[in-house]
Amino acid sequence: MTAVIEPTGEVRESQELGARLQHTLHRHPAIGPASVLVASVVAFSIANPRFLNATNLSLLIQQVAVLATLAIGQTMIILTAGIDLSVGAAAILAQMVMAQTAANNGVPGPLALLFGIAVGALTGFLNGWLVTRIKLPPFIVTLGTLSIYTALGLRYSGGASVYASAMPGILIWTGNYVNIGPYQLTTGVILMLALYVVISFALTRTAWGRHVYSTGDDPEAARLSGIKTTRVLLSVYLAAGVIYGLAAWILIGRVGVASTNNLTNANLDSITAVVIGGTSLFGGRGAVLGTLFGALIVQVFQSGISLAGVQSLYQVLAEGILVIVAVALDQWIRKVRR
Amino acid sequence: MSPEPGAASVENARQGGHVTQGAPTLEARGLVKTFGHVVGLAGVSLKLYPGEVLAIIGDNGAGKSTLIKCLSGALTPDEGEMLLDGAKVEFKSPVDARRAGIETVYQTLAVAPALDIASNLYLGREVRDSGPLGRFFRKLDTRGMRAKAKDELKDLGIGTIQDITQKVETLSGGQRQAVAVARAAAFGSKVVILDEPTAALGVRESGQVLALIKRLRGRGLPVILISHNMPHVFEVADRIHIQRLGRCAGVITPRSHTMEEAVAIMTGATTLDEAAEAPGDGKSAAGRDGGDRTRT
Repeated sequence: MTAVIEPTGEVRESQELGARLQHTLHRHPAIGPASVLVASVVAFSIANPRFLNATNLSLLIQQVAVLATLAIGQTMIILTAGIDLSVGAAAILAQMVMAQTAANNGVPGPLALLFGIAVGALTGFLNGWLVTRIKLPPFIVTLGTLSIYTALGLRYSGGASVYASAMPGILIWTGNYVNIGPYQLTTGVILMLALYVVISFALTRTAWGRHVYSTGDDPEAARLSGIKTTRVLLSVYLAAGVIYGLAAWILIGRVGVASTNNLTNANLDSITAVVIGGTSLFGGRGAVLGTLFGALIVQVFQSGISLAGVQSLYQVLAEGILVIVAVALDQWIRKVRR
Repeated sequence: MSPEPGAASVENARQGGHVTQGAPTLEARGLVKTFGHVVGLAGVSLKLYPGEVLAIIGDNGAGKSTLIKCLSGALTPDEGEMLLDGAKVEFKSPVDARRAGIETVYQTLAVAPALDIASNLYLGREVRDSGPLGRFFRKLDTRGMRAKAKDELKDLGIGTIQDITQKVETLSGGQRQAVAVARAAAFGSKVVILDEPTAALGVRESGQVLALIKRLRGRGLPVILISHNMPHVFEVADRIHIQRLGRCAGVITPRSHTMEEAVAIMTGATTLDEAAEAPGDGKSAAGRDGGDRTRT
């Protein structure tokens, strides 16, 4: 650098440290949420050593499986500078179709499962179609489909719940336990983790992933670079829909009942997980792995605060603060200039 | 490629003068483009010869951007034809033009700020891994692309960028421009079009970009440069195509005319006599330029 007024040694050093930190976080967006996760685990285990019990940790990861899966789809959509408010409604609709066709219409289990996933895909496709063809903002589209999918779910099920006892084995398969050492996981948890691996690979190691990032970052630039942005967007919404269908499957295994009362907070919770996980709401920045950390952070706070004997309202409070801190951090990181 | 700019430009001038007598790489004949009642282009022709820098200047609304949009495939002309290496071409989208070997660096740069330099260089034409992971899971050859991107930047003398994995948004304006130009140079097998590449840059960075343009010419790659900045145009251009009111008001060279004259023709204060003889056709002017250049 030439002709730049150099700050004095001490100031420069601290500035450089800040810049380097900013730079590292910029490059590896999952580092922030990972360190928050580690710090909160340490803090809660000091507050109550029982927090680190194998039983508690196993329960924690079982509880987070559904939200963490839904948040994968949410992450992909937010990476394209979109947002999905219909997450929960779409998953519930898929869940009701899975459970009802199997339990009441005598559809074989595997086929019912496929129906449910197809319905999930359809909800995603409709969102994507409205966003790319009718060119409506994702916020408005999914606000609308949130109500539509909720209504369809209620209409289809007639408000009735389907219990695990009435369902074929394959639908509750995701609730089966898998023991790893002292830890008790479920096949649903394994499925969730596998989805993270697959989507993470697709987003970071394939051309499609780069197109997703660049479409979210600057759609005009992506288009001029020869990327078919509408096709990329449509594929993202469709993939998210499939993931919601799979989340519905994990949900049935987890709670043992298909009901329209499930997942009431899923929409906002999934956005919270994504944002705490370091993905920028402005699109183009973030990592799906960060979302896993984000979902785990929310769950760790929930479990840790109740184990520490603190009122649960503080968990809500902490979540709110985390969201704001995460977005503020994102703004700061995005200011990186050399 | 010699890194010394002085030696390079002498070499280029000689080379440019040499090849201008050959067949044009890109030729446009009588391009017409109207937008409702507004006439963007009223029959414009131009010729671009191998290894030359052709500047296009003109006032706002003169049809500069319409012209380059037609050449780069962003717009389809209503009338007229375009020839690339003597063969007729029709572009329905920028992708068509790129596939044919015409790379355009837009004023907005069309880079993805959140992606790193290597990813940006290969954006939209990623290279897949040759192994089974690439074949079955579409894994990209990230390492290979990085290595090639690094070579390309080094080749163009963009030494200020050391880290190819740096995100583009952490670069300065000039460096970003360099990345965009490097991308065009890496894939533009026939023609590179640069739209106002120095408009947003400071003096030092502009100098770097102009040096980059000279290096492209040194490779024998013809460059079309759209610019408002007369000193920059006169520094690098071999010939200057002046657009006025949707027509070509003439083709001059930095040696045949002064900046003041160029501006006068551009604004309509004076006219170019030759242009009256062959309206919208750069042929006579081009022939004259060849002579001009051999004189220097």
